Amino acid sequence: MQISITVNGQQRTDEVEPRLLLAHYLREVCGLKATNLGCDTTSCGACTVIVDGLSVKSCTVLAAQTDGAQVTTLEGLTGPDGEMHPVQKAFREEHGLQCGFCTPGMVMAAIGVLADNPDPTDREIREGLEGNLCRCTGYHNIVRAVQSAAGAGPAAGQVPQAQEVAR
Amino acid sequence: MSILGTRVVRTEDPLFLTRGATYTDDLTDDRLAGALHATFVRSTVAHGRLLSVDTSAALEAPGVVAVVTAEDVADLVPIPPPFPFVNRAMTRPWLASDRVRFVGDPIAVVLTEERYQGEDAAEMVAVDIDPLPAVVGTAAAAADEVLLFPEAGTNVMASFGEPAPADFFDGCEVVVTQPMVNQRVAPVPLESRAAAAAWGEDGRVTVWCTNQGAQQARGQFGDWLKMDPDLIHLITPDVGGGFGAKIGADPEYALIAWLAKHVGRPVRWAENRSENLIGMLHGRAQDQVVTIGGRRDGTIEAYSLVVDQDCGSYPRIGTVLPTLTMLMAPGVYGFPRVHAQARALATTTTSIGAYRGAGRPEATAALERAIDLFAAEIGMDPAEVRRKNLLPAFSEPHRTPMGATYDNGDYTAALDKALEAAGYAELRAEQARRRERGDVRQLGIGMSVYVEITGADNGAGTGEAASLEVHPDGTATVLTGTSPHGQGHATAWAMIASDQLGIPVEKITVVHGDTDRVPEGGGTMGSRSLQQGGAAVHQAAGELVELARQRAAEKLEVDPEDLVVDLGLAGLAVRGTPGTGVTFADLAADEQLLVQTRFTAAAPTFPFGAHVVVVEVDVESGKAQVTRLIAVDDAGTILNPLLAEGQRHGGYAQGVAQALLEEVLYDEDGNPTTSTLADYPFISATELPSFELVEMATPTPMNALGAKGIGEAGTIGATPAVQNAVIDAVAHLGVRHIDMPTTPMRVFRAVQQAQGGN
Repeated sequence: MQISITVNGQQRTDEVEPRLLLAHYLREVCGLKATNLGCDTTSCGACTVIVDGLSVKSCTVLAAQTDGAQVTTLEGLTGPDGEMHPVQKAFREEHGLQCGFCTPGMVMAAIGVLADNPDPTDREIREGLEGNLCRCTGYHNIVRAVQSAAGAGPAAGQVPQAQEVAR
Repeated sequence: MSILGTRVVRTEDPLFLTRGATYTDDLTDDRLAGALHATFVRSTVAHGRLLSVDTSAALEAPGVVAVVTAEDVADLVPIPPPFPFVNRAMTRPWLASDRVRFVGDPIAVVLTEERYQGEDAAEMVAVDIDPLPAVVGTAAAAADEVLLFPEAGTNVMASFGEPAPADFFDGCEVVVTQPMVNQRVAPVPLESRAAAAAWGEDGRVTVWCTNQGAQQARGQFGDWLKMDPDLIHLITPDVGGGFGAKIGADPEYALIAWLAKHVGRPVRWAENRSENLIGMLHGRAQDQVVTIGGRRDGTIEAYSLVVDQDCGSYPRIGTVLPTLTMLMAPGVYGFPRVHAQARALATTTTSIGAYRGAGRPEATAALERAIDLFAAEIGMDPAEVRRKNLLPAFSEPHRTPMGATYDNGDYTAALDKALEAAGYAELRAEQARRRERGDVRQLGIGMSVYVEITGADNGAGTGEAASLEVHPDGTATVLTGTSPHGQGHATAWAMIASDQLGIPVEKITVVHGDTDRVPEGGGTMGSRSLQQGGAAVHQAAGELVELARQRAAEKLEVDPEDLVVDLGLAGLAVRGTPGTGVTFADLAADEQLLVQTRFTAAAPTFPFGAHVVVVEVDVESGKAQVTRLIAVDDAGTILNPLLAEGQRHGGYAQGVAQALLEEVLYDEDGNPTTSTLADYPFISATELPSFELVEMATPTPMNALGAKGIGEAGTIGATPAVQNAVIDAVAHLGVRHIDMPTTPMRVFRAVQQAQGGN
């Protein structure tokens, strides 16, 4: 079947199998490999992307379901001048990543948390990221990174192309 | 001021955060163009005779190029046990031919043009198995009634040590004994296993796989496939976590290389999580019996640890790990008599490998529980019992009754720092108030004091190779045999070189995990990297300065002794004569400026520390929540606090996870019941507090950096502190011991039983 999706601001039309997962569409068809798959049960959140303003786990959405949607992946966060998104910057400054596998999904989920709650407490961040698993950091520096990003203001809860993000 | 010891943010991160890392399954290398996708058909039965494998339907399925079974791999020699002391009959077939030994045992491989086609076709391979009784748990294995390898005559893979003498505890006023379980857990690196292989016309194969040591894996490939290792180019791209489970090549990886040759096309494989949770090595899985004896004044006189190690079906690293548990049995204490003994047993389950700490957390958990049991028995504060028995501070090597030689340590100082940071007296007062009031949420305070071995010989010695080259454009390249997969060596090794050369960290590239570029290396495991790999880079930088000094002296026509390193210049200058120098880059323009070296440590190092954990336990539901974790981890001199703290944090989380939540389970028929992340309770952010880190640094004399290992301290220290805290929370209700994981059900039942219920 044919689908038209705007991925990171660029509209594209592709022929896909009806059963193709959005995560595999992004990786194999669009060549956007930052989005990782860490489980088969919607448990780990490594594949989190933003679809029409909602942070979603792309292993649990069919590409066909996003026909006509706006999808943002980690690769779409950086500005045209190479400027990192406030959440990306905060993850680096606070050492919120080690092996990097959960990171693309964690960053997208963190944007979702901040869109929902621009000034979250430690506990609210932990609850907001409960569906995103990390084996390396013990979450300590991820929580600090989200707190730090919150200090950057409303931009931390937004993605480029002025999409509204909510959870 | 030196860059060493400062919080340098990682050079790896801008790419990781904007484009993502490149893991094995992300590769788009030209050599993999047109690669087939491999899908394994695995046993769904724990133990049985394999009667037939019918591939005819699968061969007709769309996109299927080949279906490979045991008959096709008959030219491959079954994999022998990895250690000489293991029963030689316990070999591993490449694909099951007459018997399956665990749920997940590979039976066939389907090769398809597209990935989804592989999953479809794999389901069409008809496998007929005549079930045999499963062997689940060490007791069933030790009974030797059902044998995994009948030709071996036993399920015992190996035995270590002798029973304790009959009079071992004679003279002790108090003797406490307790069986305990250090349960099987799943490492779960977020990146599951993946491999890809392509053969060149020159007869060489390039293999990409997610692994903790390319050079070691290449050696295994050579042994298994009967190939000259020089014909194998092994690359570990970015690796999404390992935690010990990616040490050593898995047979699947080598089979991918063989398959690529068999079909004459590149082949790639990436398992999903449910395959990972049954196919990748698990960790821990020890049944232990501790016995501790001493006087009522708190002096401990004798300690015994007896271990039954569940090894799973085929022998892997887990088979040898009880020896590390035995080595570290005495821990931080000066007990006059220590005994340890172990058996390694085969069961019809997933094989056991290394998992963060690998043998040492098991030793510390047993010992630190034993101390608390002894303290409870004599009615003494557990901190006091520890203080009474800790080895006094020492700066000269200390040899233990089990034969380890600790480099240096001050365990009492570590414990005191942790207790002070925790506010121990006030915590006990708060606990007393809650007990007095009969609160539903009771407070538990647990502690542990640990020492561990890091940088032990992993088969590649206690050294590491490094090379360092400065280029004419002022950049530099470090080649290292370590294998970072989150640890930040690209940043850390650049800091070490920069500190001596003055070349900025951003201009230094660190290359690893490619056997053509780095043929020698020990990988990253056992907390060895900084003390051996980092020390090798440090040594290389020193040698490069000396090489440059000779060349600069000729160029400038001065005495080499008159030249000093000018870090601002990134070169050498004539002492006392500013503006007269020559840069390393200029020297490299004249002639290649390269050193290759190898650092060998005299011995392993023994980091130590103390953890205090506070939990709240709801005595009505049994649920425990860790509210504070205070940790002193002394790993010698710290190179980059940001990275060292990150290592500690991750370990604490895995320690809390094992103590509270995580456990791999099988039913009585050997079926795994935790084979997805929906069933396996991987710890999440809500189950953890932010951690309280206390600094302590006792440099080791074993390397010029003064560094000990930090990668595994977290699991070693935190696990027993959490377990002790949970039990402490309900100790006043009569509870003496609860095995890990201390789930709400276990805590609830322990309280009920202690109160005289059922």
